[in-house]
Amino acid sequence: MNLAFLKGGLCAVEYIDINNPFLRKIPVAVPFFQAKSGSSADSQIIKEGSNFLAQTLDFTGFFKILDRGAFLEDPQRMGIEIPNISFNSWTTVGAELLVTGGFEFSGETIAVEFRLFDTFKGRMLVGKRYQGVKADLKKIIHLFCDEIIYSLTGKHGIFSSRIAFVSNGSGNKEIYVCDFDGGNPRQLTQTKAITLSPAWSFDGDWIAYTSYVNGKPDLFIRNLKDGRSHKVAYQGINITPAWRPFRLELLATLSFTGDQEIYLLTETGKTIKRLTHNEGIDVSPSWSPDGKKIAFVSKRSGTPQVYVMDVDSNEVQRLTYYGRHNTQPAWSPAGDRIAYTAMEKGATNIFVVGIDGKEPVQLTHNSGDNESPSWSPDGNLIAFSSTREGPARIYVMTTFGTDQRRLLAISGAQTNPAWSPRNKDN
Amino acid sequence: MSRRMWIFVAMFMVLPGMLFTVSCAKKKVASETGLQQGEAGKSAADKARAEELARQKALEEQRLKEEAAKQGKIAEERARLENEDIYFEFDSATLLPAAQEVLKKKAQYLKENEKLKVAVEGHCDERGTNEYNLALGDRRAKSATQFIMNLGIPASRITAISYGEERPMDPGHTEEAWAKNRRAHFVIQ
Repeated sequence: MNLAFLKGGLCAVEYIDINNPFLRKIPVAVPFFQAKSGSSADSQIIKEGSNFLAQTLDFTGFFKILDRGAFLEDPQRMGIEIPNISFNSWTTVGAELLVTGGFEFSGETIAVEFRLFDTFKGRMLVGKRYQGVKADLKKIIHLFCDEIIYSLTGKHGIFSSRIAFVSNGSGNKEIYVCDFDGGNPRQLTQTKAITLSPAWSFDGDWIAYTSYVNGKPDLFIRNLKDGRSHKVAYQGINITPAWRPFRLELLATLSFTGDQEIYLLTETGKTIKRLTHNEGIDVSPSWSPDGKKIAFVSKRSGTPQVYVMDVDSNEVQRLTYYGRHNTQPAWSPAGDRIAYTAMEKGATNIFVVGIDGKEPVQLTHNSGDNESPSWSPDGNLIAFSSTREGPARIYVMTTFGTDQRRLLAISGAQTNPAWSPRNKDN
Repeated sequence: MSRRMWIFVAMFMVLPGMLFTVSCAKKKVASETGLQQGEAGKSAADKARAEELARQKALEEQRLKEEAAKQGKIAEERARLENEDIYFEFDSATLLPAAQEVLKKKAQYLKENEKLKVAVEGHCDERGTNEYNLALGDRRAKSATQFIMNLGIPASRITAISYGEERPMDPGHTEEAWAKNRRAHFVIQ
């Protein structure tokens, strides 16, 4: 796939302030893209591509996708670049942003030009030209959506990321992986045993999980690219892997001493150091994005609560005080908040709290049990599992709890989502 | 089992068989001295033989009955080791008095059967998140394991395995189902 910048400004104007909980969705027009050459069979591909780009933008929660029926312009005759665009006819229908696309087909190869315009200012925000084979079209669209998000927020999007999760559709819990939007789900493990808690390395190349394939909960560390694998199989539990940012090291909970403690391991499973020294349960670590602190669950005060530890000094502070059962901490990519799961009066819900522990905010309400929060790599979304529709499924929401929707529904129950980092190859 | 049966068959069936062979030889000698006497001797021998067979059959039946009862008792005790679970309170790995009584019986049985090795599975109800419950199940399995070890069973014969909330006994979502699922379960290995 080749790509080239089209002339025009790429400026990091922050159209979208991702820290604003009362974010107004930006109305965007995505008219059907234009064919510059090709047959009528190709027009179907163009239509599907137009819809796919609109869906992808919609997924982020930042946009309001405008109904094509209200457009004043004929998509096959309108101008797709300055000065041929009549911005007036787009602002009239309420569009603040406009995405245009032009397709050229030649056999199996395809060349696409995409542009994003600010209709009020009448200028192009980003424009790119991509070349590839027809099968690459979805990938190309994801790449351009990433450019759109980058130009509007100053941060890269999540369109190359994946979500690992657990599904029991085969009769056993196994690890599956799908695209960020729930597309293309595929089974990763074939253990035919209970398999749980997938965790991605910072570079997305390794995945660690717990499996009972040998009759007890052992930790498996697998390189997805070259197939290297390592096992941590002490007596007792070998669970809750959490990879360190920037380094191939991971935390896990082991109990070979008789007590459940958190250890720092190499990617081959060798112990670097033991982090917790407390009689009683210590489990479920999550790294701060700078790799200097961890949030984890401990029962040291009598009920499971979330604590924060400085990895070098081993100094510990309690984070959660409200409620009697707070588990599954997940540190946000921006470092300022920690999501967790709280059980209270029989209901299980996702909360977020600042790292000062003040003012926990409940994100899910009255909708079954909601567990396992996992942040998107850009920090704008949280994936979680919920029983709101019966069997557990994977859902996503904004970090303010809005736009809650199901990601996918495959046979069996789905739990334990783990959002991957952005794919560095894209 | 089957080896013991063979020894038994050898003792009670083959050996008496040999005895009969000997008596047959005697009979042959007797027939040379007089037919009448021989006839009478033969019927007396037949009668004794039948009585001996019946006696042996009864003995064998009795022995099988006792064996079955013994096996039944062993199976029952063995089954109790596996079937009688101990139960816990919510979010607790503390051994309740009733659980301790059950564990004492299990320890006694393990003492009497020195070759047995067991796995102690720790289980939780579905409340709470599954990672935390894996740790809690581990503590439950270890509480039971430690108690048995304190009663003199070596660590080499007991393995603790946590299943967290992954293998509920009762799939229901009621207090009753949860109470059944908060358990430690013994499995003979």
